[in-house]
Amino acid sequence: MAVTTALVIVSHSAALATGIRDLAGQMAPDVEIAVAGGLEDGGLGTSFDLIEKALDQVLVTPEVNAVILTDLGSATLTAESVLEFRDDDRALLVDAPLVEGAVAAAVVAQTGGDQASVAAAATEAVMSFKGSGSRSANAQPPAAAQAGPVPASVLGAEQPSTASGSMEQPAAGADRGSRIVRSVTLRNSDGLHARPAAIVARIAAEHDAKITINGVDASSLLSLMGLGVPGGADVEIAADGAGAEAALAELVEQFETGFGED
Amino acid sequence: MVLNTTWARRWVELSAQTVSEHRVELIELDRAIGDGDHGENLDRGFTVVLKKLGEAEVATVGDVLKLVATTLMSKVGGAAGPLYGTAFLRAAKVTAVEELGSEDVVALIEAALEGIVARGKAEVGDKTMVDSWGPAAEAARTAAAAGAEPLDVLRAATNAATAGAVATEPLVARKGRASYLGERAVGHRDPGAESTALLLQAAVDAADE
Repeated sequence: MAVTTALVIVSHSAALATGIRDLAGQMAPDVEIAVAGGLEDGGLGTSFDLIEKALDQVLVTPEVNAVILTDLGSATLTAESVLEFRDDDRALLVDAPLVEGAVAAAVVAQTGGDQASVAAAATEAVMSFKGSGSRSANAQPPAAAQAGPVPASVLGAEQPSTASGSMEQPAAGADRGSRIVRSVTLRNSDGLHARPAAIVARIAAEHDAKITINGVDASSLLSLMGLGVPGGADVEIAADGAGAEAALAELVEQFETGFGED
Repeated sequence: MVLNTTWARRWVELSAQTVSEHRVELIELDRAIGDGDHGENLDRGFTVVLKKLGEAEVATVGDVLKLVATTLMSKVGGAAGPLYGTAFLRAAKVTAVEELGSEDVVALIEAALEGIVARGKAEVGDKTMVDSWGPAAEAARTAAAAGAEPLDVLRAATNAATAGAVATEPLVARKGRASYLGERAVGHRDPGAESTALLLQAAVDAADE
């Protein structure tokens, strides 16, 4: 899918802004990430003009949009002022942790996520990078973010825990009512990284079923990546709902053919 | 002097002078409870404002304030840039006249306050410049309602702002960098409240000349 959302990193520090750009860019080689870090003379602070320039740099066509992340206080105030002056709704400022938010946003932007998905990934990032993903028993969704309604495809939703590892079902899955569970091996040498995770998330979102991989919501790209499943490991896919069988079949095929990777 | 465009220009000149004179004091207030750049930011910002004003054609008081707004917005940095920038921009919108009456003075101060609150979302008591602008707006309203002349409305506002700045000293900050300091902010005057008092005093001084 085409990348349509760019990121703008605003920080009081030029070094911090470029560092975050580089870090986030590692996972998102096709995403435009512009920086507005420090003052024009190189000192610490926020510059209205640099933020404007960064937006001009990424908003090159009417189809492209941007998500802006900031570090502290005045960076946010200044970014808001720039947006008020520009009156351009292609840029959206989000309230998110800067480092984690930038990385999460870049990952979702790389897979072609729209502005709302990218924004939601940023604001939800604290949860996605917390310990073992969203399986923490005390995990609570963060307070309302500025990004608006959050698409389910990027929420790290709580799932009922499953007895992972104890369900070896090489043939057709066991039935618990309408719920189907199947164990498959992840053949990719790089494990469940961004690309296969994005494929799983897309399949999960396309079917009328509630699907989990090792207990986490399979429609959440970031939760899947947070599992850190290595190549060669077995995972448990559970699917529940009208589209469960179809979803499971498609997922199993992807796993067994290594998601098209060598 | 009447509060006309000439007065507005003079206000800007005296503002630049006062932030320059109080630069170190403002830096020190900001160093105590912030990141130490307030005095420097305002001095730099108003230096550029003076230069642009010298080259500009202005007809109304609002024209002067708009020039101040856009310059401060991009040259001041820190929180003061967007806050004062928005304040002066909103004030400019309600002063598109060649001479201010008492109601115009009230409108100017109220618009500035609204802009600052819209941007920074602070309330009176948070230990910010709102602790100067809030009382200033109220004093202006009261004076105008009692039939005061424009300059006396401005004077009432300025006195309230000055008292408001001093009143920030015992407060714990709920906004800005100072809000990270907890009780350690107590006993220090807020630099934004202080600079507000200085700028409003400059407005009065410009009219008293």
